[in-house]
Amino acid sequence: MGLTFRDETFRDDFTYANSPENIRRFPFPFIEDQYRYSVNIEPHTPGPKGSPFEFPFDIDEHYVSEMRDRALVLEADPLRCQALPHMMTAQWDMLELIMTSLARDYPEHFTLNRDGSQWHWINRPLGIDQKFTFLDAGTLPFEPMEYIGRQVQGDFSIQDQRDNQLWMDAGIITSQADWSLDFDVGMNFFEWHGPVPLAHEAGVFERALKFLLNLQIGKPVRRLNWTMTINPRLDTSPENYHKWGTDRTTVTPENAGKKVHLRVEMQGLFRLPRSNAILFSIRGYLMSLEQIVTVPKWGRRLPRVLRSLPQELVDYKGLTRYRETAIAYLSKYDDGAPTSPGGGPD
Amino acid sequence: MSGNSLRRVRVAEVEAVANRIKRFRLVDIDNAPLSEFSGGSHISVVMHAGSRLMRNPYSLMGSPKDTSSYQISVLNVEPSRGGSKFMHESVKVGSELEIGQPLNLFPPAKLAKKHVFVAGGIGITPFMAMMDELDALHADFELHYGVRSLKDGAYCKYLQSRYGSRVNVYRQDLGQLIPLKTVLRGQLLGTHMYVCGPKPMIDWALQTAKLLGWPDENVHSEQFSAPPPGKPFVVKLARSGREIVVSGHQSILEALEENGVDAPFLCRGGACGQCETAVLSCDGFIEHNDHFLTEPEKAEGKKIMICMSRIQSASITLDL
Repeated sequence: MGLTFRDETFRDDFTYANSPENIRRFPFPFIEDQYRYSVNIEPHTPGPKGSPFEFPFDIDEHYVSEMRDRALVLEADPLRCQALPHMMTAQWDMLELIMTSLARDYPEHFTLNRDGSQWHWINRPLGIDQKFTFLDAGTLPFEPMEYIGRQVQGDFSIQDQRDNQLWMDAGIITSQADWSLDFDVGMNFFEWHGPVPLAHEAGVFERALKFLLNLQIGKPVRRLNWTMTINPRLDTSPENYHKWGTDRTTVTPENAGKKVHLRVEMQGLFRLPRSNAILFSIRGYLMSLEQIVTVPKWGRRLPRVLRSLPQELVDYKGLTRYRETAIAYLSKYDDGAPTSPGGGPD
Repeated sequence: MSGNSLRRVRVAEVEAVANRIKRFRLVDIDNAPLSEFSGGSHISVVMHAGSRLMRNPYSLMGSPKDTSSYQISVLNVEPSRGGSKFMHESVKVGSELEIGQPLNLFPPAKLAKKHVFVAGGIGITPFMAMMDELDALHADFELHYGVRSLKDGAYCKYLQSRYGSRVNVYRQDLGQLIPLKTVLRGQLLGTHMYVCGPKPMIDWALQTAKLLGWPDENVHSEQFSAPPPGKPFVVKLARSGREIVVSGHQSILEALEENGVDAPFLCRGGACGQCETAVLSCDGFIEHNDHFLTEPEKAEGKKIMICMSRIQSASITLDL
């Protein structure tokens, strides 16, 4: 079954929307009505058919348009993609992992033929047909991370592992929730998590780092993270804050359903075998409140969760100005009925 | 999430490469490609020796680029706990074994300007894969390899023919010792040293580097020792209320596994930290044999690495 790719925008006229089928596969991140802070790491093993957890790298109806938006961001700001020189082996690891996964999981859209180091990659949705020599960067039009990063949904960073630490030494980040690769590149795990409130005190990052340092080949893990974004904009970067920061002041009771989007990140962590580095995938999903409330369970739960958020997190996630308006909008869809456990629709 | 997913392999080749050292080449049971790995990685090999279940870690010494087979070298340790003896006496070409996925606790530092490898005896194995990897990257490295004699030291000729003057072999039977002070004094800033071998050698190398002012971050070591034997004792599991006897030649982890208790582990060599377990009470002295806990943590006695450590008393209660 092939996907039908939507032609849509994530800027200017914001024509992005989810089809009815895509709404139901949204990875709604709240498993109960009360917000709880947790690391919530689980094995990134194949999930139910058709769900965003079915494959290691999820491709959906937004693929082609998201890749077009990424190309626009990179054209305007090449520093969204950076790799320190010692990360070249890890870049190839990433390219291999993604190409082999996509070709295996979406054979109608991607094909990879390998004859020793001579590789032939076909990406039908983007009209790409590329022959190249594996481990010879001169045979690709971009370095390997950028080459494959322009052809797969989600942002990626690659962490080198040394001195019992992880170092963000490469990444292609064009659809981020207000953080900057150019600022973070070369930082270690504690440094780039510096701004996160509450978790440091709870010892979350020490435990998470220790876990990740022993992450095994072939045993990736995932977790869900979330924030909210005004308008379906992918590029909410600090570099472009002047373009989107003021959007937060434009939310009204009338437009909240259309403008306010829940932004869910499915974060995957993969041990890369040749380089011993760790690939971090941040696969973002956007859905407007008015689309969320088409699933009655989500319409009931989301206002309850938003009410229960600690103030530190409200501020950190940038919801301060419009949380009340969003809750007021959503409350119309909360009839007070109990909700079933877990995040999926009933 | 305990342990490491296993895959079945077949022994494709066994070669006696030196006194008491055999090299084993392992291929996937269906000849499928194995995972790529990075230099410095090891695998654990599962051995069913009679009624006993053992898992020993061995460094991967083949080329990391070669996914058709893995190669390990095994020293027949005297006295053996059983693992190396089993590998030497019972494992032949065609034997089937189970192995875990490669895990790297001893990677070359990617930012190093130069790598100095210091190996003693069987400690050469992780450096063979590292040198293969670094050579392909045109990185600067040198090896200082101490052997009892040419009959006892594996791969001396191979290494010298492949890497030429970058390989220095020191023969104990000729009274040659690694001139470590001179070697370390002559290095440029940004050089990293790696040592692998018997424990006294590792301690000596680390101490020498420290006295010469080398930063801790530039000094790396790895030692996989088998869990040292001792007297039997009882492990009490607080959560299930069970009591399990650990025999003199068993680790706590092995005794738990034999009794069907699922406990976390990865390297089984006291290095990775995965099997760290909280100690609720202990009526005597804990013999910490791991390389993971800090000295203050060991002194405190609140944690134990159950793959390596044991106690010198009758019983210990764990939060399991």
